[in-house]
Parts: sequence; structure tokens; C-alpha cells
Amino acid sequence: MTRTPLRPLARILEARQKGENPDAIERENIRLRHEEMRDKARVRAEGRLLVLGVFFFCAFFLVGLRMTHLSGSAVEEPNNAYLGPSITAQRADITDRNGRILATNLVTNSLYAQPPVMVDRVGAAKALAAIFPDLNEDRLIEKFTGERTFIWIKRKLSPEQMQAVHDIGEPGLLFGPREMRLYPNGSVAAHVLGGASFGREDVHAAEVIGTAGVEKTFDEYLRDPANNGAPLQLSLDLTIQAAAEQVLNGGMRLMKAKGAAAVLMDVHTGEIVSLVSLPDFDPNDRPRPLTEGVASDSPLFNRAVQGVYELGSTFKIFTAAQALDARLMNRETMIDIRGPLRWGRFRISDFHDYGAQLSVSDIIVRSSNIGTARIAQQIGPARQRAFLGSLGLLEPTPVEMVEASGGRPLLPPNWSELSAMTISYGHGLSTSPMHLAAAYASLLNGGTRVMPTLLLQDGPQHGERVVSTDTSAIVRDLLRQVVVRGTASFGEVPGYAVGGKTGTADKPRENGGGYYDDKVIATFASVFPANDPKYVLIVTLDEPEVHTLGEMRRTAGWTAVPVAAEIIRRVAPLLGLRPQIEPSPASGITLTSN
Amino acid sequence: MTEMVYGTIHVRDGEPVLPRWWRTIDKWTLSSILILFGIGILLGLAASPPLASKNGFQPFHYVERQALFGAIALSAMVLTSMMSPNLVRRLGVLGFLVAFGALILLPVLGTDFGKGATRWYSLGFAAVQPSEFLKPGFVIMAAWLLAASQEINGPPGKRVSFLLTLVIVGFLAAQPDFGQACLILFGWGVMYFVAGAPFTLLIIMAGLVALSGTIAYNSSDHFARRIDGFLSPDVDPTTQMGYATDAIREGGFFGVGVGEGQVKWWLPDAHTDFIIAVAAEEYGLILVLTIIALFSFITVRSLLRLMRERDPFIRLAGTGLVCMFGVQAFINMGVAVRLLPAKGMTLPFVSYGGSSLIAGGIAVGMLLAFTRTRPQGEIADHFNGRGR
Repeated sequence: MTRTPLRPLARILEARQKGENPDAIERENIRLRHEEMRDKARVRAEGRLLVLGVFFFCAFFLVGLRMTHLSGSAVEEPNNAYLGPSITAQRADITDRNGRILATNLVTNSLYAQPPVMVDRVGAAKALAAIFPDLNEDRLIEKFTGERTFIWIKRKLSPEQMQAVHDIGEPGLLFGPREMRLYPNGSVAAHVLGGASFGREDVHAAEVIGTAGVEKTFDEYLRDPANNGAPLQLSLDLTIQAAAEQVLNGGMRLMKAKGAAAVLMDVHTGEIVSLVSLPDFDPNDRPRPLTEGVASDSPLFNRAVQGVYELGSTFKIFTAAQALDARLMNRETMIDIRGPLRWGRFRISDFHDYGAQLSVSDIIVRSSNIGTARIAQQIGPARQRAFLGSLGLLEPTPVEMVEASGGRPLLPPNWSELSAMTISYGHGLSTSPMHLAAAYASLLNGGTRVMPTLLLQDGPQHGERVVSTDTSAIVRDLLRQVVVRGTASFGEVPGYAVGGKTGTADKPRENGGGYYDDKVIATFASVFPANDPKYVLIVTLDEPEVHTLGEMRRTAGWTAVPVAAEIIRRVAPLLGLRPQIEPSPASGITLTSN
Repeated sequence: MTEMVYGTIHVRDGEPVLPRWWRTIDKWTLSSILILFGIGILLGLAASPPLASKNGFQPFHYVERQALFGAIALSAMVLTSMMSPNLVRRLGVLGFLVAFGALILLPVLGTDFGKGATRWYSLGFAAVQPSEFLKPGFVIMAAWLLAASQEINGPPGKRVSFLLTLVIVGFLAAQPDFGQACLILFGWGVMYFVAGAPFTLLIIMAGLVALSGTIAYNSSDHFARRIDGFLSPDVDPTTQMGYATDAIREGGFFGVGVGEGQVKWWLPDAHTDFIIAVAAEEYGLILVLTIIALFSFITVRSLLRLMRERDPFIRLAGTGLVCMFGVQAFINMGVAVRLLPAKGMTLPFVSYGGSSLIAGGIAVGMLLAFTRTRPQGEIADHFNGRGR
């Protein structure tokens, strides 16, 4: 404690001299100083209180201002609490080349339950089981009375089903809006389209993602909001696709085949106009993938793109074309076809005995294995491999389907001279029908490589040259001759000058070790019109057999060829081709190329 | 002589208590408080049914409790406001000692109700939060010490009160209850400011607050999350802040209508910390501005009345009480509009909460007692020529 007050010494001394009590003076002094201090403090406090008052006024004013500003501003994303912020459910349509819808979206609802807000759980379960026969009443009751507070019941509801659920009047049964993928044409082009399913999912929206086919290949494009809903236009033609499917299905059943595939391709643009694989499925109700057995037995399996088969004699034309193009021989060169042709332990024989010698043309027309193998001997394995590679037969097709990468050709482990001989007539190298279509198109369009595509193109492709224009012209003529006087005589379609090559390949046994002698893959690789090729059609039947003229026939000439001819008869007019009278020999063959 | 013989007619030495109270009380502030309390009941009707249904009570269970506590609080307020400043000081200091003891014993006897902070004593029918009652008591105690230090040869009140503040803040921070700790610190700071804090010290104080804030940010996850949420530019609509902001926007100028609000269903603290969001959504900007105006009016008017006050103790105590009251309201509403980081702070008289309401009633009662009109020595000033 400090005694700070200075004593007014002068007055105290004076008082002492007068004999007064100096304490009174001192007290008076302290009182005065105290008052002075309090006055000063009061003035200072007044100022500071004013500061506080102003501070509080400003603070409250600021809050009020901010409140006014907030109240006046629009509500940001008012549905934020209701919509999953990151799930966008907009998927572009898919159309055919003429803009007809192949895949679109349909607004529907999903059904879910919240047992805690249910009024009558057991009653609701019973009513639901009555509406949806596939729901199990007991399991529903068990779920509703259990611990769970949220249960998905149905992914998609029809409007009738939704009304029926409404009519139950149960507040705990709720609907979530959904956009479902709809394929209005059912199973038409099912393999091309593939299918879609729900990805991330919440109550208020669900993501639709492609699971197969172009839906998966172009998933990002279809979901990209930047495209503004512009449809994905495919090269398919819906009408032609439907016609091809119908004919092929009929042919498959008639021939008792277990599967069939057809590819119709524009030789100049590479557009796939039709792609059929049977048996097929409905992408609206996509079957589950097989969990056991062979994947190729599932209807989901795309035989035209995923299935790789030894396509047999259809390969002979490649051998002949290469030999002609390399000027190793001309079409009239005679080849020794006496058989059987032995190579080590291996024997090559022909289906029929064609005599001692055949010209190159006749080897193709009659489909002589021995003759083709002899030609291949002259070409040699290395050149053959290079040529087949240039036709795209040694790697997966670039067609825009996720399944295409599965159609990887099976090559011989060691491309020996023997391999070259067997491959020359289509054994020992497995490719898909799509490969064959692209290779035929490349050979026949004037000799330039063409890539198969499922997207609408605006002009012909100008690929690298595979064979000369002359060779291409000869090949066309050879193929035409096969139909006119060879193995594919059932392939004639009046007015459309069909050309083509048959191929009947024995099916290899699944467990290895040789081939079945009663199971074949019958293929007809055709081109029309042969005088000015526009389209290539590949038809493949898996294990066909037809009982005709007193015997069981399996060769392509009896099975795949008539089916292909019927397809051409149906689709050629749809493709806008005029039937033509066969050009007279005098006018020659019009050679066109690009 | 006559008087000696006959005795005088008995004349009371003052006028009766009630008329004098009515004459001297600050009627404007009193009415504002009553209006605020009414608004609190009104908003309780809107905001508390979700909580009641969650806890399995009747819809207006909490409204009834609020009305009961409100009645107690208003009685306490009126009673306190009738006391003389000296009586207030004596009882206040006693109350402070009791509340302080209760605060110290909290870790031993308190319950945390599963909320992660031990702040309450459970009395069965109600829970008492001693820190709420500590605030007015502390203000009285600190103001007394600070005022005494202004006497010549007085005690070193500034130092003692500061030490006291630090101890209390330490106990509150240990609960943890940073909100109340900040309020106590702020209350003492304001009183010290008015008592004549030197400017250099004020600057150092500001620095210390910033430093302690940084330390709290770095050492407490709870604290850091809230600050981060505040500093991020966009509001996550699923946070409390996001719901509150949306609610204010939904409400607009006139509100979505009584009982139509949604925010009370989403926000767990709709009936306490975010009551203003409920008000904004259901009754619109009009009611919110009314509430702000009332708080602003009470605070500023009381401060202006205190400017005339000559007694240092009354001035300091009044300042502390009214500033705590005002700043609590400011923080509560500032959080809802994202002026301030999220900090749980009740809105005095409006938010639900028994302790907060009764303690608020006592505090405002004290404030009313201090701001009552009483002679301030103006005549003496006049005679001494010191008046202005």
C-alpha cells in the first residue's frame, strides 16, 4: 500500500502554528483529490461507454443488415437436401442410321419402404406380395418387422403397379423417381446395344450406366451433359436388322442349328448395317451371365464379334487373291490337285475327287483343299501371315463394341509351312465373322483396307491398299463364279448378282484332340452385287443339318447359302439396290474402284 | 417544542417500495425484456416440438417448461430490480461464491448428459448449469474489486479481479466450455476498459486473445472444425450453418408461415443455438429485425443510462452485465448469419434453457436495479460550478 497523497505541508504547518488539528486539513485534501479523480474517471468512463454503445449498435446493425441481405437472396439449390448432388440421370438416346430410336429413357419409379413410418407392416407386406407375385410375403414381413429402417423393394415400377401400391395407402411405402433405359425394339440389335443398369443409386435418382455393347463403349459420351442430349447415331438400319434377324432365325430353326450369326457391311464405308447373333435376348430384361458352362452358350454371347471359329473354305479366296496379286500365277494356271496331299503325318484331302489338275479359278469354284494348299506352298508362311495381317485377320476387330476385344483370333503357335497350308483353306486360324466381313470388304471394294464400324459414316474409307484393283476385280468374278457354277449355287438371287464363297469347317472337339465329324460351322461369305460390290454379308450357322434328297447335309452350300440368299432377297431392296439384269458378257464387268 | 410534546405525525422517510420502483425503473428496457420473453415463448412453440417428439414428450412439453422457468425468471428479475445497489452487491458476491464453488465441484458431482462436456448438475426434474449463474455473480464481484481499486488507498482490485478471471476461465475451459470462458473474459475486459484501462494494455490484451485463439485452434479438434467450417467460402448445405442459412433464405421477408418451417426438423440445436433461424424461416425478416432491434435497444439504452452514473461500482457492474447480455445475443445471431464461426451460445430470453433463462432474469434484474433513476449529485455539481 502506497501512501501517495502529498500532504499540503504549507497548510498543515500553518495550522499547527495556530494550534488547529492538521488531520482535518489532510482529510479535506484527500477528499478533494478523490473527487477530482472520480470526476476524471467518470469523464473517461463516459467516453468509453459511448464507444461501447456505438460498438454494440454497429454490431447489431451489421447482423440486421446481413439478415436482410440473406433473406432477400434467392435460396441456393433449394433441393440440395433432396437430390443426390453428384448423380445426373440423363443419358442420350441411341438411334439407327435413319434416326429411329434404338434406346431411350423412360421416367419410372422405384419402390422402397421405411418400416419405422409404416402403419400396418404385415398388411403392407401382404398387399405388396399380392401386387408383385415375385415377392415373397414371409420374407417381406420379416424385413418390415426387423431392425432395418430402409428397404429397397423394386427397382422399376410400371404405372399400373405404382397405382396399385398407392392404393395400399401405406405411408411407409415410398417412390423414388428413376430414369430407366428402354429398348423399344425389344431384342432387335440386342447384342449391338448391349444393355444398361443402375450404377450409383439413392432415393431421388440413380445413375444409368452401360453394361455391354455400344452402351458400354460410348458410356461416357452418352452420359456427357456437354453433348446436350444429342443422340448417338449408329450405322445400323433398324428395318434391315429386323429382316435379317427374322430370316436368320427362321434359317437357324430350319437347319436345327444351335446358333447363328450374320454381319452385313458396306464395303466402302465399313458401316455395319446389320449385325445379328442368335440366340439373342431382350436388353430390357437382360439375362444374367452364365456362372457355369461355356460362355458361348449364353444368349449374351455375341457370335458375330466375340465368337472365333475356323471359318473353313471362305479363306481360300485370300490365298487365291494373294497368289494372283503377287503374280505367282494367273487365274488359268493349272495346279496339281492329286491327293491326298501328305505333309509329315498330316493328310489333306478334298471333299470330292476333282481329277488331276484344276485351274486357280476352278480351285475356288470347286473348293479344292489340295489345290489351295499347293498355292499356299508357293506363297510361303511369312508372306501369307503378312497378307492376312494386312486384312486385319490377326488382331481383334476395331469395331466399337466392348466385346470386340474378346474376339481375338486364335493363331497357330508356330506359323509353319503346314500351318500355312491348312490356313489357306481356313483351318488352324480362328476368326470371328466380323473379321471375315471386314477382310472380304477390303478385298472386294477395289482392294483397300476398310475397318468395320458401328457409327454412321459420311463417306467411304480410304484405307491402305491390300490388293490391286485388277486383283480385286478378278476376285469378284471368282466369287460370282462360285455362285453361278460352284458350291454356292443356292445363293443366286435374281437381279442381285450375288457372289460368295462357302466354308464348312468341322468343329474342333472342346477337350482337344481332333475334330467332330458330325458337327460343322457352315459359313457363306457373300458379296452383292458382284459386278459392283456394295455390301458384304457373312452368314454363319453353328451345327446346322438339313435332311434333303435322302441324306443328311451339313455343308454350307446346303445350309448357310440358302439362308444368306433369303436375307439378300429381303434386304437388298431395303438397301436401295435395284435388281439388275445380269450384264451381258459383251459389256464386260464394270470395274470400279475408289 | 410542539413536536417534543405531541410527537410528530409519522412521516415515512421514503416513498413506498413499489411506486418508487415503478417511478425509477427503466420502463423501456423492462418492456423490451418482456417482449423478448414473449417472443421466446412464441418461438418455443415453433422450435421445440421436434425435440419433444424425439424425446417422447407431448409436443409442447418444452414450451410448458419454458413458461414455468420464464415465470421464475421474471419473478427473479423483478425482485432483483427492486433491490438497492448495495444489496445487489452483497447478494451478488455471495451468489458468486456459491456458483464458483459449484463450478469447482462440477468435475466431481456434475453430469455430462452424454454431450461430451461436464456442465450440469442433475436435479432430477431439471439440470442446473452453474456457469450461467456464475456470470452475473462474477460481474458483481469483479466490478466491486475494480471500483474499490479506484479508491485512494483502496485494495489492488484490478490485479485481484484479473487473477479471479483467469481462474474461472481455466475451470470453464477444462469442461470444456469455451463459449462461457470467452464471455467471462469479455465481461472482465469491458469492465476493465470502462474502469480506465491504459491503451497499451488494451493492445496487449488483443494480442493475447489472438494468441489464445490460435492455441485453441491448434490443440482442440472441436474448435478447429468450427473455425474451418466458417472460413471455407461455401456453405456445405448439410452442416448446421448450411441449414440455418437456407432457413433464413427460405423465410424471406415474411416467412413461410407459422409451423411451416423445416429447419427445426434438421437442426438438433434449433431450440437453442439456432432459434433465430427458426424465427427467420417461420416469421421472416420482420420478426428477426424486431428481435435484433430489441437487443440493440436494451444494450445501447442501458449503456447510455450508465454514462450518467457516478458510482463507479454501479457503472462497472452495469456495464459488465449489459455487455455480456448484448454480446451473447450478438454472437448467437452472428453465427446464424455466418458473421462469426459456429459457437454454441444461447440467445438470452429467447432460447430454450432453464438455467440460462433464470440466470438471465437475475442478470437483467441486476441491470435494471443499477439503471434505476437515482440522484446523481447534479445539484452539487451545479452549486460547485463543476456541472456541465
